[in-house]
Amino acid sequence: MPITVFLLFALVKSLIAIGILLSLVAYIQLAERKIVARIQNRLGPNRVGPFGLLQPLADTVKLLTKEDIMPSTAHKLLYLIAPAIAVTMALLPISIIPVGRDIHVLGYTTPLQITNINIGILFILAVTSLGVYGIVLAGWSSNSKYSFLGSLRGGSQMISYELALGLALVGPIMLAGTLDLRGIVEAQSHIWYVIPQIVAFFIYLTAAFAETNRSPFDLPEAEGELGAGYHTEYSSMKFAMFFLAEYINMITVSCIATLVFLGGWHGWVFGPGWLQAILPVFWFCLKAAFFLFLFIWVRGTLPRFRYDQLMGFGWKFLVPLALANVLVTSLVISLR
Amino acid sequence: MNSQPNYMANYLPILIQLGLALGLSGGILALSWLLGLHRRTRRKLAAYECGVEPVGDAQNRFAVRFYLVAIIFILFDIETVFLIPWAVVFRSLKLFGFFEMLVYMAIVLAGFFYIWRKGVLDWNTPERAE
Repeated sequence: MPITVFLLFALVKSLIAIGILLSLVAYIQLAERKIVARIQNRLGPNRVGPFGLLQPLADTVKLLTKEDIMPSTAHKLLYLIAPAIAVTMALLPISIIPVGRDIHVLGYTTPLQITNINIGILFILAVTSLGVYGIVLAGWSSNSKYSFLGSLRGGSQMISYELALGLALVGPIMLAGTLDLRGIVEAQSHIWYVIPQIVAFFIYLTAAFAETNRSPFDLPEAEGELGAGYHTEYSSMKFAMFFLAEYINMITVSCIATLVFLGGWHGWVFGPGWLQAILPVFWFCLKAAFFLFLFIWVRGTLPRFRYDQLMGFGWKFLVPLALANVLVTSLVISLR
Repeated sequence: MNSQPNYMANYLPILIQLGLALGLSGGILALSWLLGLHRRTRRKLAAYECGVEPVGDAQNRFAVRFYLVAIIFILFDIETVFLIPWAVVFRSLKLFGFFEMLVYMAIVLAGFFYIWRKGVLDWNTPERAE
């Protein structure tokens, strides 16, 4: 494949991926409001459009026309670029997430991912940790006490759980013997890693909730004590950009959990040719959607942690457990 | 692998994605600036403090625990990063690789339990009186 065609394909795939992501975020948010409402015995948004389906559109218009406030005591430049960092670093890992096998378009074979690099997991770990800068800079540059506390909490929480997140992924990497996400999925054609790596799976899941600042680990934005946390001073779309980043991060960690632990696009494939081509992508989306539903379900069910419990749980329980999992996995593999 | 031109070219689409992401976030910032109202008052631009006049500066001294957590994180994250290449080549190293890692892990765990005993990981004990 010539380089120009390769880059053109990448551009088209990037545009499609970003378009899908933006609309997906809008509707995950609607689904979240609906599901949490049902859990709390309410109806949820149902006035704008049939079943409230146009609600995200109405919210976007409302946010866009809201006043764009910059506090007079804020650090102007950092205050402006903090939400941009959050969104950019959330969008970047999507570029290496594979959603299916190769497809054939216009006589060329191209993988169903924007690009395939052989250090996929390492890249994702690196870029998602850069997302901390968005939160820390937002809280610091706002020069508000609530924002500052929220960003301190958020920064410490994210870096603490990142350790457990990284260590949980070492087990599956050992089993697969590669950092390439497609390679890890192909290595699971016999058994999904959720079975031999059940401990790592639950460590990863817990750490993923904390990494995305989702309930029960939503202390950086604890409404009752911090106003809104690191985005207290943000208004209009700048405010929404933090939520955009949070939901894209949710999608990313769901996709990684699917790829590394639930066998990616492996699933029951049957029927005529076109169905066989679509089914792997369908299985992938179904598994990722399951994790997204889990995020919402847990938010509607569990109360928030206390901060000392949160840090203690991360450092004194998850990190030693993840290290033990690495040791046991390596012992079992080397004895076989 | 035959569908890609060469190794480094695989990273070019990430730059494309980075450009698009930067464009998107810049576009949202600009759009919200253009479409939003602009009616500023001094009080509206003050930092939020439950409706009271803001007292002092927020960029102040903070609990040293946050700082300590950042330092320990850097140490242990580097140690995690060392585990990852080992995990990739582990199968070809067999039992030798396992015992090599056992030595390494013992050093990591020694440091880990040291900071645990020193109370760096405890958040609910009151600060020592100076």
